[in-house]
Amino acid sequence: MIKNKDVHSIVVRLAGDSGDGIQLMGSQFAVSTALAGADFATFPDYPAEIRAPVGTTFGVSAYQINLGGGPITTAGDAPQVLVAFNPAALKVSLPLLDRGALVIVNNDAFTPRNLAKAGYESDPREDGTLGDYQLVAADIGHLNLEAVKEFGLSKSEGGRCKNFYALGMLLWMFDRDLAPIEAWISRRLAAIPTMRDANIKALHAGHAFGETAELSASLAQIAVPQANMEAGEYRSITGAEALALGVAAAGELAGRAVLFCSYPITPASPLLHRLTQLAELGVGTFQAEDEIAAVCAAIGASYGGMIGVTSSSGPGIALKTEAMGLAVSAELPLVIVNWQRGGPSTGLPTKTEQSDLYQAVYGRNADTPIPVLAAATSGECFQMAIEATRIALRHMTPVILLVDGYLSNAAEPWKIPALDEFEPIASNPVPDSDATPQRRAFARDPATHGRPWVTPGMPGLMHRIGGLEKDLETGHISYDPANHQRMTNLRAAKVESVADFLDDQSLEHGPDSGDLVVVGWGSTYGPIYQATQRTGTGFIHLRHLNPLPGNLATLLQRFDKVLVPEMNNGQLATLLRDKLAVEPVSFTKVTGQPFLIRELVDKIEEVRGGRA
Amino acid sequence: MNAKLTAKDFATSQEVRWCPGCGDYAILKAVQKALADVGADPANTAFVSGIGCASRFPYYVETYGFHTIHGRAPAIATGLKLANPDLDVWVVTGDGDGLSIGGNHLMHALRRNVGLKILLFNNEIYGLTKGQYSPTSRIGTTSPSSPRGSVDNPVSPGQFALGCGARFFARGIDTDKAGMADVLQQAHAFHGAALIEIFQNCIVYNEDVFADFTGRKDAANSQLHLEHGKPMLFGDDRGKGIRFDRETWSLQVIDAIESPDEVLVHDEGNATLARLLIELHQPVALGVIYRQPAQSFEDAFYAHHPSRMQRSKSVADVIKGPSSWTVD
Repeated sequence: MIKNKDVHSIVVRLAGDSGDGIQLMGSQFAVSTALAGADFATFPDYPAEIRAPVGTTFGVSAYQINLGGGPITTAGDAPQVLVAFNPAALKVSLPLLDRGALVIVNNDAFTPRNLAKAGYESDPREDGTLGDYQLVAADIGHLNLEAVKEFGLSKSEGGRCKNFYALGMLLWMFDRDLAPIEAWISRRLAAIPTMRDANIKALHAGHAFGETAELSASLAQIAVPQANMEAGEYRSITGAEALALGVAAAGELAGRAVLFCSYPITPASPLLHRLTQLAELGVGTFQAEDEIAAVCAAIGASYGGMIGVTSSSGPGIALKTEAMGLAVSAELPLVIVNWQRGGPSTGLPTKTEQSDLYQAVYGRNADTPIPVLAAATSGECFQMAIEATRIALRHMTPVILLVDGYLSNAAEPWKIPALDEFEPIASNPVPDSDATPQRRAFARDPATHGRPWVTPGMPGLMHRIGGLEKDLETGHISYDPANHQRMTNLRAAKVESVADFLDDQSLEHGPDSGDLVVVGWGSTYGPIYQATQRTGTGFIHLRHLNPLPGNLATLLQRFDKVLVPEMNNGQLATLLRDKLAVEPVSFTKVTGQPFLIRELVDKIEEVRGGRA
Repeated sequence: MNAKLTAKDFATSQEVRWCPGCGDYAILKAVQKALADVGADPANTAFVSGIGCASRFPYYVETYGFHTIHGRAPAIATGLKLANPDLDVWVVTGDGDGLSIGGNHLMHALRRNVGLKILLFNNEIYGLTKGQYSPTSRIGTTSPSSPRGSVDNPVSPGQFALGCGARFFARGIDTDKAGMADVLQQAHAFHGAALIEIFQNCIVYNEDVFADFTGRKDAANSQLHLEHGKPMLFGDDRGKGIRFDRETWSLQVIDAIESPDEVLVHDEGNATLARLLIELHQPVALGVIYRQPAQSFEDAFYAHHPSRMQRSKSVADVIKGPSSWTVD
């Protein structure tokens, strides 16, 4: 039971119908948490349907947030507070909860019909189902309607305020200031004054309910410490926001405009939406007719001298594959962002996975190597967008940036970086020479194998490029067998040369030699960080997956065993086996849900033969 | 400024590798000449192509050139035009490249009115892959992939274009120097997507498929060369004309000497007339069939962009987001 009013960290889960405004409520709670100075991590978990049938378990939308003194690196294993808007939300969330968790349910939704839809034969509030939990059954539905009655709204309009009523309750529980949320509502609903005022009223009414409930001793306030974070200025940020800012920053560092070309797909679209709002940073967005047109327009933009960027999810990336090969052959820069989701095919569009690593590293016709990066956290998407662009321009190559899908909407506190901490991004100049323009366009730098970025409009440098094999020296079409071998070698050497510019791979923490090291990539950073810290295990997190950092092989050799947890069927394990001839222990999970810390702790202990 | 360039200045050092007698040679010459005639700046001109015989075109034009992938040239050219709207961007495609695998991109380039000059080499056959029937092949076309004759209904490039919302559609015949010079110059001057269907003779796989109207001998009677604001006359001594038949809602050939008042006057801005002209088979309508200018996509794109694709703010100005806090 949460009787302790002082906790180091606490996991809160909000769950309801996909039309209940859960994601909005969660993201505003995260903003409030950020402003209160706590560390946090979030996991938005929502269905593929926009408005799934009301009251069903598959229509449940949830938002989980872990907050506290930090460092918080995951959205938490087991929630200690649940707000369930209906029986289905309770049904889906209950197995996840910490024993003794505080369960707040909306009484008004516990009708016989909704109980039946959720598969409850009897009322869980009364039949002992919640015996191990601390139940607060509140009439959220009609208390909210009462509160907003004065605005003369229809029942459905009034009902739409109930997420803010519940948020008001939460804000009371965590002793938060209502003003920033009020300000947000005022901005967001400025055009609809009645709804604006009603939502603000609901927020206050929920807050007042908390105080009243405290008097009756059913609710208590929870004090969460401020995080002991590095000094500096912080904001809350999602992966899509960080990546959008990173793309714009890359353009600024390179002194080029950015043309972002994409086609709507879950969960990649938030990046498109964010970038439309960053136009004044020299960013243009083009919504293409399909995935292929999106990557092709980005290639066209790069050919024209802007930084071409495209983004999608696995199925869309599959469609872009041929064009990515063209960018390799034509030696043009291009950034391709893949927000990975569950597959194959349409799979689990809204659920996260890391199963496109093979696709990124190996998934093209012919010998078509492309550098591959992966972001560990939402905030890190900023740095990785800059890094991807830097590689693309330096080596004149497409670059794939993998991001685990849920990071798109997952928020975390982010120490705001100063742009001048980043080196400007240089592009290769056209060499002065008497050679033909065709040769000059392919006069590659010996260290990076990158060619000059010659773009139409430059006087006196007219030349032709294309997807046909070209002569290594002259740049003209060549079907010469020996030349094709040389060009294939060149393309391989180009991508390998990316490693020459990387810092040595280091450990995140833990002993740098011994019986076991855990190797992760992407968003598994969070749970692996916690699990390795708890067990005193070395932790290596890879941000460069192709090529791998040059010292990785020798680093791994210092350990008896290498454990690779990942949200796929063992793809990084295969890659390490292939590239470094190590034999890792693969630990996989493909449920559409991130790893729990305890799952990893258990596995680490098992691999170690029971030693903690 | 350099001395005026000639057609030869637009030829590259590369040996042209089409089959001897291919209609593409004539089109290449016509385009090189048109570039010289309109005073094109080679540095400011780019040819973008897909895949197919026609798509080798950029290798032979002394401008910027990008030979891309099958069907995708309009999409790549759209990105290029957005990146640098000052460029003259030409797209070279064929009936398979532009209307089969790349039909979607052609559709959207046309309806967006992207400032591209699109040359569609129509020979009603797949040449580079050795002679399979194409989306413009007539029903019954025998080919390696349709030995008993093709059964699918062909697409009409003109009807396709107008259906997509194209604002410029013209036609030319590969070997018709005067006609090609005219439509190329008109397309070049058009601010928006300009599609030219070029009847191109594939001498290896579909020889003389257009011979019924491309032959010089009977050109006067088989070709209708359109001019805006001029009566639609053709035939020996321009004795025949085109009238609109109200009974059948179609165009008919009449004796222009006998009934001069009934001869239609060409109006490029009339989409209904354009559709009827596209369907006319005896004679075949050539020249600018439809032209209805509107704001180009790139102009609209830049006009709607708050800072015209310039950087008017730094990332540093917005990176803090709606709210931030300081940890001491």
